[in-house]
Amino acid sequence: MLLKGVLKKRSLWLSVILLIILLALPPVIPRYYTYIMTLIFVTALLAMSLNMVVGHGGLFQFHHGVFYGVGAYAFALTLVKAKLPVWFCFAVSPIVAAMFGFLIGWFCVRLTKLYFGMLQISLGTLLWAICFRWYDLTGGDDGIHGIAVPSFLSSTTNAYYFVLLFFVLCLVVMYMIFKSPFGMTLQALRDNPERCSAVGINVKRHQLMGIVIATFFAGVAGALFVILERSVFPELLFWVLSLEIFIMCLLGGWFTFAGPVIGAAITVALRTFVGAFTEYWTLILGCLLIFLIFFLPEGVMGFLEQKFGAKRS
Amino acid sequence: MLRVEKVTKSFDKFLAVNGADLAVEKGQLVAVIGPNGAGNTTLFNLITGIFSPDRGRIVFKGEDISELPTHEICRRGIARSFQIANVFHRLTVFKNVQVAVFSQQRKSTSLFRPAQRMAVEETNRILESVGLLEKADRLAGSLSHGDHRILEIAIALGNEPQMLILDEPTAGMSPEETSSTMGLIKRLAETHGLTILFCEHDMDVVFNTAQSIMVMHYGQTIIQGKPEDVKNNMEVQDAYLGGADA
Repeated sequence: MLLKGVLKKRSLWLSVILLIILLALPPVIPRYYTYIMTLIFVTALLAMSLNMVVGHGGLFQFHHGVFYGVGAYAFALTLVKAKLPVWFCFAVSPIVAAMFGFLIGWFCVRLTKLYFGMLQISLGTLLWAICFRWYDLTGGDDGIHGIAVPSFLSSTTNAYYFVLLFFVLCLVVMYMIFKSPFGMTLQALRDNPERCSAVGINVKRHQLMGIVIATFFAGVAGALFVILERSVFPELLFWVLSLEIFIMCLLGGWFTFAGPVIGAAITVALRTFVGAFTEYWTLILGCLLIFLIFFLPEGVMGFLEQKFGAKRS
Repeated sequence: MLRVEKVTKSFDKFLAVNGADLAVEKGQLVAVIGPNGAGNTTLFNLITGIFSPDRGRIVFKGEDISELPTHEICRRGIARSFQIANVFHRLTVFKNVQVAVFSQQRKSTSLFRPAQRMAVEETNRILESVGLLEKADRLAGSLSHGDHRILEIAIALGNEPQMLILDEPTAGMSPEETSSTMGLIKRLAETHGLTILFCEHDMDVVFNTAQSIMVMHYGQTIIQGKPEDVKNNMEVQDAYLGGADA
């Protein structure tokens, strides 16, 4: 297989053991926890897709949530309004997200750093506003609820396995991209775009390609979200969510590959368990962030990698 | 091989380069000298497409490259190193060079093949030729200043250039490092058949290495010629060699 030799033996065994545990979980844990785990997979995939461009590509992708929302809406609309077969909808929604990624990215890569981020927030907010206002198509601020997914996905356990399957699949593909010449060049771009163009790399084209790939995976996450929740709403495209996934990358460690998964797990767990006690769960998240910036500037995963000497990227 | 004709560039009415001329023949080692702020770096930035000139032409192998973007000029066979060490800090030394080799081999957009088994031989050969092979697995950010500068050159070599532009390759180096770096540059010019254009403040280095020297003063070319001719030129002595900078 292509991955052979790329993944170190120890990491490979660790991944396999982890996967077996994840596969064995649903019958053992309560259904609610199965649901939370599934939500973590979806969010983790979203955070990982963001990290491709933020952590590895060094782009100020401030409004990544939009593409998650677009993926979710594309899935919901093709399924509910156009009544297309579910597999087709599932395949088409990441492509739609990637198309929007191309469109917005095409404008954004013309700017750099903070200006890139500001333009993206503007264009993304525009999409959010359209979703919010266009009642006939998107259901406006109510969104669309009770989306009928195929019966084999209706139980939480089955949804769990389905989401896990695509989560792992996407992770494998993303890892391959991370380790490919493209991924390496993307990391070089993060460190030094000027130098990259001096070695003959078309910086803008490369960045745009990175955005398209990342938004594709965000679209997959969006479709998976609908399969789990069976509803879509404009908050999926709201900038607050984009900020949240940005924080997940920071929490987990954005110079690592798997860091955002940990970041997503922490954030979702906090929201679920602390959020059950108080609506001010973000307060805890804030404290955690402060702690992190002081003590683990490379994020949780970055810290673990340093500690256990796993070789960097 | 490279011809710069009456090139002018200004920033906010400040004439950084004002009608500079330069000719570089194939296989030559050409130095650009001039006091700090004379426009050396701007001239190099113009040649490599970081800026495009307001007026004048830059011709490389018969093609006008004055308006081309940086990466296109690199593809035409001009690679450069920077005055301020400009490497990929979070990548290993090996990968720093490998990125350039990928770009040269048009593999930068290859998505699904593992990078670690690609272009290994080429990268190792370059690292060996500059003497960085033992440090291949170090993160570039952890290198010493001198090694940074060498890595700069190694990255530029990754593009298999025909012409190498070095912006103050020995800046901030000790005398020993300076002489070994200049030895390296000379050796590279011979073994790779490279044409090299560099700028430098150390006059001993310049007059010992260069086959042709161009003197810049306030953005203008005063003279370009053989080292002896430049040394004997009165204007140069007034402007530069006799001044405080020498």
